Amino acid sequence: MELIVQGIKKAFELIVSFDPEVMGITWLSLKVSGTATLISLFIGVSIGTAVALTNFRGKRLVISLINTGMGLPPVVVGLFVTIMIWRNGPLGFMEILYTPYAMIIAQAIIATPIVMGISLVAIQNLPPNLRLQILSLGASRSQMVWVLIKEARLPLLAAVMAGFGGVISEVGASIMVGGNIKGYSRVLTTATVMETGKGNFDVAIALGIILLLLAFLVNFLLTQIQQRQHPR
Amino acid sequence: MKSETLIKIENIIVQRGGATVLDISEFHVQSGSIMALIGPNGAGKSTLLLTLAGLLRPQRGQIYFRGQSVDTHAGRTILRRNAAVVFQEPLLLSSSVYDNIALGLKFRRLRHDDIRKNVQEALDYFGISSLAKRSAKTLSGGEAKRVSLARAFAIKPRLILLDEAFNSLDPPTRETLIEDLRHILEETKITAVLALHDREETLRLAQDVAVMSGGKIIQSGTTSQIFNQPDSEFVANFVGTETILEGTVKRSNAGLMEISVAGKNIEAVGDFLPGQNVYCCLRPENIIVSKKIPEKISARNVFEAKVQKIIRHGFFYKLMLDCGFTLVAYITMPSCEDLGICEGSTIAASFKATAVHVMRRE
Repeated sequence: MELIVQGIKKAFELIVSFDPEVMGITWLSLKVSGTATLISLFIGVSIGTAVALTNFRGKRLVISLINTGMGLPPVVVGLFVTIMIWRNGPLGFMEILYTPYAMIIAQAIIATPIVMGISLVAIQNLPPNLRLQILSLGASRSQMVWVLIKEARLPLLAAVMAGFGGVISEVGASIMVGGNIKGYSRVLTTATVMETGKGNFDVAIALGIILLLLAFLVNFLLTQIQQRQHPR
Repeated sequence: MKSETLIKIENIIVQRGGATVLDISEFHVQSGSIMALIGPNGAGKSTLLLTLAGLLRPQRGQIYFRGQSVDTHAGRTILRRNAAVVFQEPLLLSSSVYDNIALGLKFRRLRHDDIRKNVQEALDYFGISSLAKRSAKTLSGGEAKRVSLARAFAIKPRLILLDEAFNSLDPPTRETLIEDLRHILEETKITAVLALHDREETLRLAQDVAVMSGGKIIQSGTTSQIFNQPDSEFVANFVGTETILEGTVKRSNAGLMEISVAGKNIEAVGDFLPGQNVYCCLRPENIIVSKKIPEKISARNVFEAKVQKIIRHGFFYKLMLDCGFTLVAYITMPSCEDLGICEGSTIAASFKATAVHVMRRE
């Protein structure tokens, strides 16, 4: 009990005093996961929309693959990315193992199928005749796709939240490809694992609280946007 | 003034999942006319509308828009930009009413001022200026329908295609919308093709009618041709000819025929040869009902009739009369009471020789 109370007290001290190390870790977490989410948004929404709007053989197989990808285990992604960028791996020349770039790549791979799967359903759930209606009002193909994406913005926001939530809290891949290097590739989750291992519960709790707060803040913001467009 | 043919299709075949859903050898719409497509569900009305809009590429056949073949990508784009479809569902975007109506104008990259002018005009036409700032998702069914119509009219298309425009609206809303639409079409002179399934809507809005069934056009012509001279039992039934009697021509002389129907003689106008098997079609509104057989009457056909059944039909009663053959007549509720008609009573039914539309029967 003492341990927890102590831990929480110390945690608040670290947060309130804007401890430079803790702030650095938080900022890096945001940058890495934010960038990864952004990348996954571009790839996921465009491929998800394309799959939703075209008919081709094997469409169901592709959709099943995307859905499977939504539950991709981070350690498997970590392993895969590590092998690819290992010194003598196929992308070894890039020399990005144990850098934040490697973490962004791994997290983007985790988030992309999540965003893709949700955007696919979002576009598929629009009324079937909406596409024809927009075309009949004189839209070009790209104008039509853009209107559809805007119309599906609420579920797409959910896709962003799910993608970001998935990667900000992910630890396996980040520790494998980032290496948890102090002041360089250490993020909230990897730092929490390490501090807990070392028995520094106070710091671990502080990091845990920040992680929760961060996840809450981002989701709160997005929910705000979502609800404003959906007054009820 | 001779009007040009706005759109014409030839030898169109549309298949879906191996089945032919549209098979039309020739169909055209004159510039400025209002054409109704009528027929049962699944007759191919919506498919024809999409084909005319350039939104559906037929497996076979030619489409000509203002004399130009719509075969190339450029041709289809010209057609798509000149035709606007209004679907059964309003299909509004979740933005303001104004932005919804401006949609097609924005696709055309019009100047801001022009967009505002056109949107305002469309809002005024449909009497929905007060809704401009509302969110489209908060509108009632009738309001949403008006917005979707205004959105189509705002782009000033040459051809407007309406799919079951008045479905799922309550009667008063429907009533005013039909009237408004009629005025707007008259004023703007935009050519319109309307898929309808209601006879009354057809009569009120359209000058020309094409009757469809099973992906084919069964008969087309002016509204009065279709309603008064259907050329098949299917069309006759569909346009509300309640009485269709099988008979054989007995005598034919100088445009007047005597037709034997169930042992009785009906006089009708026409010149089929004696011995020809025919259908005699009678619209219920052309049958006059009286208490007794009138002594002086200009109608050539007068029969004693037993009232078999009285069915309430809106503000009318529909009478099923047995004159040896079955006749269907309409009577207003007050006259039904005045005449003291009830099931089982005997009355007289008469109709003119010109009221009988005679069709060949194979």
